[in-house]
Amino acid sequence: MNKREFLKDAILFFPAASVLPSLVAEAVANAEEGPATTGYDAAKHWYGMGIDVGKCIGCNRCVEACKAENDVPDEPFYFRTWIERYRIHSDGEVEVECISTRSAPPEQAEPEDPTVVRTFFVPKLCNQCAHPPCVQVCPVGATFQTQDGVVLVDATRCIGCRYCIQACPYGARYLNPKTKTADKCTFCYHRITEGLLPACVEVCPTEARIFGDLDAHADRLVRFHRVNEISVLKPDLNTEPKVLYARLDGEVR
Amino acid sequence: MSGTIPEGLYEQLSHQLSQVVGFIYPNEVETQWAILIVVYPYITGIVAGAFILASLVKVFNVVEVQPIYRLALLAALAFMLVAGMPLQLHLGHPERAYEIFFTPQPTSAMAMFGFVYLWYLMGILLIEVWFEYRQQLVLMAQKSRGAMKGLYSALSLFSKDVSPAAIEFDHKASKFITVIGIPSAFLLHGYVGFIFGSIKANPWWGSVLMPIVFLMSAIVSGIAMVMFLYIILSLVRNEKLDMRCLDKVGLFLLVAIIVDFALEALDYIHRIYQSEESIGILAELVSSKLFTSLVIVQLMLGMLLPLLILVLVRVVRFNEDLRRLLYFTSSLLILVGIFSMRWNVVIGGQLYSKSFRGLMAYKMEITGIESLTMALALLALPFIIFTVLLWLLPPRWMEKNAPGTA
Repeated sequence: MNKREFLKDAILFFPAASVLPSLVAEAVANAEEGPATTGYDAAKHWYGMGIDVGKCIGCNRCVEACKAENDVPDEPFYFRTWIERYRIHSDGEVEVECISTRSAPPEQAEPEDPTVVRTFFVPKLCNQCAHPPCVQVCPVGATFQTQDGVVLVDATRCIGCRYCIQACPYGARYLNPKTKTADKCTFCYHRITEGLLPACVEVCPTEARIFGDLDAHADRLVRFHRVNEISVLKPDLNTEPKVLYARLDGEVR
Repeated sequence: MSGTIPEGLYEQLSHQLSQVVGFIYPNEVETQWAILIVVYPYITGIVAGAFILASLVKVFNVVEVQPIYRLALLAALAFMLVAGMPLQLHLGHPERAYEIFFTPQPTSAMAMFGFVYLWYLMGILLIEVWFEYRQQLVLMAQKSRGAMKGLYSALSLFSKDVSPAAIEFDHKASKFITVIGIPSAFLLHGYVGFIFGSIKANPWWGSVLMPIVFLMSAIVSGIAMVMFLYIILSLVRNEKLDMRCLDKVGLFLLVAIIVDFALEALDYIHRIYQSEESIGILAELVSSKLFTSLVIVQLMLGMLLPLLILVLVRVVRFNEDLRRLLYFTSSLLILVGIFSMRWNVVIGGQLYSKSFRGLMAYKMEITGIESLTMALALLALPFIIFTVLLWLLPPRWMEKNAPGTA
C-alpha cells in the first residue's frame, strides 16, 4: 500500500467507524423494545373500564394518582380524569360541580339542603371510544387507536393544531403546556402492557373503577358488564365508548 | 402556583376560569382556537370571494366589471399569500407543519386543506395572474433598465413572444384557468366550512349548511373588499371611478347578501324549530355572550343595514358622489360584519360547554403570538402585499403604455 492509497482508505474508514457505535446502540435498543422479548400481544386484548357510580365517594384520589403517575400539570385546567358532583333538587334543578378543580377540600361539611333529593359523584375520563372522532380528525395521524383499543397521542408527531380537542365530545383532551402537544388519558398504557392496573384504578378505595379486557372470557370487566345495567355517555354521537357506567343517572352528560 | 405553565397563560386561564357561568368540563377553560383562527377563515373567504368576482369577467363576460378585473385578481393573490400564516402561527409545533403534506391522514378534514391551499395558490392564482400579465411583463422588461429589466424578465419567465397568436393563447389559457378556478374557489372556502361543520361534538358548528354558509359569506366579503379597494384607490390616485362598474358590483353584492342572509336565517330557523338538546345553552349563548357581536354587529350593522343601503341605492336615484359614499359605507360595514360572523362561529363555538350546562369566557391577549396585535398585523399584511403588487404589476399600465393592445 502506498501513501496515497493509505490516506484514501483512512479518509473512508474514520467516518464509517464513527457510525458503527450508534448502529450497535440502535440494534440493542430494538432488541430490548421488541415485542418478542416482552411477550405482550396487543391483538389479544380489547381494553375498557367499568365505573360503578354508586360506589364513588368523591375522594379525588384517582385524580391525584393520575396527575402524579402521568406528569399531568398541577394547574386546574388540565385533567386526564376528574370527578363531577351532581345534586338533584326536588324541583328538577340539577347542580353540577367539578370537585377536582377545588384548590383544597372543604374544611367543614356543607349544611344539609332539604331540597336535594339525590346526590352522587361521577368519575370522568377519556372514553377510549371504539369509534373515536379525535382519531378521525387528526391531520397527521399523531393520535391513533392501538390494536388493544386504547387511543394514544404520539407527542413526537403531534403538531399541536388542537383539532382533536375540538372533536372530543367529552372534554377529555387538553393541550399540554409543557410539550405543546395534545394530551389525554392513556389507560396508563405503560402500566397495563406490563400487566399492572391504571393508577386511578389502583388507588380507588371503593373499587368504583374496574379495569379489564372486554375480549377475555373470565375478566372482572366482563362480569361487571354482565351483572349491571350499563350506560355510556352521549350514545347518540355513535362514538361507542369503552368506559361503561353502572347506575348512571340520565342527567349526566 | 404556576410551576409548569408560562405565567401569561396561567393568568389568562385563571381569569377565564373566574368568568365561567354554570358547569363546564375542567379542560374547557382554555380557548383552543383563538383570534388567529378567526382571522384565517376571514382571509380565506376574501380570497375566494375576490376570485369569484374576477371570474365574472372572464367566464360570464360581464363587461361592466372589466375595470376591476385585475384589482380583484391581485387582491385575491395578496390575501392568499397571508391565508396560511395564522394557521402556521397557532400550531403548538409550527416546525412540524410539513407533516400535513408528508404524512397526511386521509380521514382528517384538516389534512386535505394543505393540498387545497397549495393547489389554489400554485395551480390557479399564480398561473392566472401570469397569463393575464405575461404580455405586459414582456413589454415592461423591454422598456425598463438594470435590475427592473431583470426582474420583469424573470417574472415573465423569460418569454418574449408578444405576437397576436401568443396573446390569443394567453387569453384562452387565462379563461380556461378561470373555469377551473371557480370550482376551486368554491372548494377552498367550502372546505374551510367543512372543517367546522363536520365536528359532531359541537352543535354550534356541526351543521350541513356550514360549508355553504361559509361560501356565501366568503363571496359577500370578497366582493365588498374589492369594492372597498377600488373606491380607496380612486381616492388616493384622484381618478374618476367607473360608476357603471361600481353599480354592477353593487348589484352582485346585493344579490350575494340576500342569498347569504337567507342561508343563515335558514340555519337559525332550522335549529330553533328542531330544538335539539343543545338549544337551551345555545339560546343562552346568543342572548348573553354573543349578543353584541352576533345580533348587533353581524346581523344589524353587518347585514341588514348594508342590505337596506344597497336596496336604497337601486330604488332611489342618488347622484354619483352620494352613491359612492353609500357603496363605501356598505362595503366597510359588510367587512366588519363578516369578520364578526367568523368570530361568532369560531369563538362562539368555544364559549359554551359540551356538557350544555355552562358558558366559558375568552380573554384576548394584547401581545404575543395568539394576540390582538398579531391579528391586526396579519390583517394589515395583505394590504401591504397588495400595494407592492400594484406597484410591481400596475393594472392599467397597458392602457397608458401600449394603447390598442390592451
